[in-house]
Amino acid sequence: MARIRAFENAAEIASQGGVQAWGLKTSAKPALVRGPLHLSTGQEAVAAGVCANLTRKDLLTSTHRGHGHTLAKGADVDRMMAELFGKATGSNRGKGGSMHIADFSVGMLGANGVVAAGMPIAVGAAQALKIRGQPEIVACFFGDGAVNRGPFLEALNWAVVYGLPVLFVCEDNRISATTPTGPMTGGAGAAARAESIGVPAVRVDGNDVEAVDAAAARLVAEVRAGSGPRLLHALTYRFKGHVSVDPGAYRDPAEVARALESDPLTIARDRLVARGVAADDIAAIDAAAAAEIDAAMAAAAAAPLPDPASAYTDIQNTGAGQWR
Amino acid sequence: MALMSYSQAAATALAEAMRADRNVVALGEDLGRGGIFAQYRGLQQEFGADRVIDTPISESTIMGAAVGMALAGLRPVVEMRVVDFALCAIDELVNQAAKNRYMFGGQGRVPLVVRMPIGLWTASAAQHSQSLEAWFAHIPGLTVVVPSAPADNYGLLHSALESGDPVVYLEHKELWGDEGEVEPGLRVPLGSARVLRAGSDVTLVSWSKAVRTCVDAASELASAGVSAEVIDLRTIWPWDRATVLGSAARTGALVVVHEAVQVGGFGAEIAASAAEETGCRVKRVGAPRIPSGYSKPLEDESRVTVAQVVAAARSLAAPGVHP
Ligand SMILES: Cc1ncc(C[n+]2csc(CCOP(=O)(O)OP(=O)(O)O)c2C)c(N)n1
Repeated sequence: MARIRAFENAAEIASQGGVQAWGLKTSAKPALVRGPLHLSTGQEAVAAGVCANLTRKDLLTSTHRGHGHTLAKGADVDRMMAELFGKATGSNRGKGGSMHIADFSVGMLGANGVVAAGMPIAVGAAQALKIRGQPEIVACFFGDGAVNRGPFLEALNWAVVYGLPVLFVCEDNRISATTPTGPMTGGAGAAARAESIGVPAVRVDGNDVEAVDAAAARLVAEVRAGSGPRLLHALTYRFKGHVSVDPGAYRDPAEVARALESDPLTIARDRLVARGVAADDIAAIDAAAAAEIDAAMAAAAAAPLPDPASAYTDIQNTGAGQWR
Repeated sequence: MALMSYSQAAATALAEAMRADRNVVALGEDLGRGGIFAQYRGLQQEFGADRVIDTPISESTIMGAAVGMALAGLRPVVEMRVVDFALCAIDELVNQAAKNRYMFGGQGRVPLVVRMPIGLWTASAAQHSQSLEAWFAHIPGLTVVVPSAPADNYGLLHSALESGDPVVYLEHKELWGDEGEVEPGLRVPLGSARVLRAGSDVTLVSWSKAVRTCVDAASELASAGVSAEVIDLRTIWPWDRATVLGSAARTGALVVVHEAVQVGGFGAEIAASAAEETGCRVKRVGAPRIPSGYSKPLEDESRVTVAQVVAAARSLAAPGVHP
């Protein structure tokens, strides 16, 4: 969690002056990170609690807000940060950026620019694991907004029909871009919908990393045992705007202030202190995370940009070379 | 005349149309907060949440419901945010909206305007940068609009709303902040191009953001003694054959320029038509057939440049080659 928070804070600063939508004027100052960044600040406990129960070989699909999932799955921080900087040393060689961050070497099959698009991919990957007789499972992260797209229903149903090893994880931060999800969603949301088509679901406080870990442990065990898909519905809060340059002015400041009081990192820290862990030991965790991210920033800043010729690689084999 | 940004011009036209006709409604994600490019700013406050409708993230139903709304008497404006997400609603657009009038023997009409911004948008990578206008031009039943300037965005949106059939309305994501004079009440007829600069040696045809590239290229060509005519098509279906072919017949040389991938792009249609009808020499300038990269050097490979347009024009209009 500390590493995710440090990563998000550093990325946020590096993106200031970057691309601006949201009706804001583009700043003249070039940012170190040019592209849109969807920060998972405040949602760290979901990524950490779930991924603690996955092996390196398990697979994971993510959303546009995927830094936390990627880090928690064990991706290399230097390569991630370099990707955000658009450098040749990035995990996607500068081709994808934050919104498409991926590290297949640790089973992280990619963030996604299209809401809910990871869900059918997750069930397909799970079907492949099953057909090939592999012991791994797939974790499929999605946001509360995704439950209103058709692929949500289709993917859950598919996973039930074929009895697939998938853990669906709804990261419910209660908002979709600028729109509160509640009034846009009939019924009680992801968990209720999952149960209605035969996917057992558990609701959990997504800011309590121990609770997430415990619930995920149970569900992952069931999925690994071949019981079919499960869904974890984790309630959390998006601390920042939709993208890093969005001040989020459409939200009630009182609501934001209240949410900041249940910061998952503070909750975890307080609990550790209450159990007798020395404040110094906790500070050392934060310091180590900060040092790791600082080093990643420095390495990313120093790394070379991709050769323009690489714009023409990794597209397709057939017809490669014929660009016009 | 009023100075407006490209996004304000569209919001103004839509507000006027909504005031004039209670059946005009808008629907899409985040519209209540003005839309992500401020192109709906103030509209929900003025017209209420029943007419400026916040929707769930449900592109196929946004589009499909709009078809139903249109059949039942409304004149919906659909917001798809970026053309890339409209691909989640392609059946509803291509098989339903576009086919309805014909397939049911003219019983129904689908007066629908679908806004789906196109184009590169700094570091937005492969799923938020596409220019897919040629796909829609290929579909019978759809009108395809590609405004490049605030006045056109105002006048064309009005005409699209009045057309009575489905219109794919493709604003460009890097033009929202551009400002220009807009004349209240202006209508830009669908299918009418605008000649931005008269010239006699070569015709440059373009639309959307690439029009700027052509204007800049024309200035550079002028200093090299080549007189270029610049045409902004403004709608690619229908396209203004008379203006383009007339110009090509006079200059004998036509370069068509677009930000979309050149292969299978709409430039091919224009170039082939011009060559068939006038015998002029033609060149196309479009993006290579590569996905848009995130990092700047990769993204830049997808951008059409003034230098490319100048080179193409000079290769056709070289002194001595001119008829
Ligand atoms: C199909 C599709 N529609 C719209 C968008 C634009 N969009 C990007 S993120 C987002 C909100 C998603 O909300 P949610 O799923 O709750 O995830 P969160 O952003 O809260 O993490 C929207 C509407 C998109 N990327 N894809």
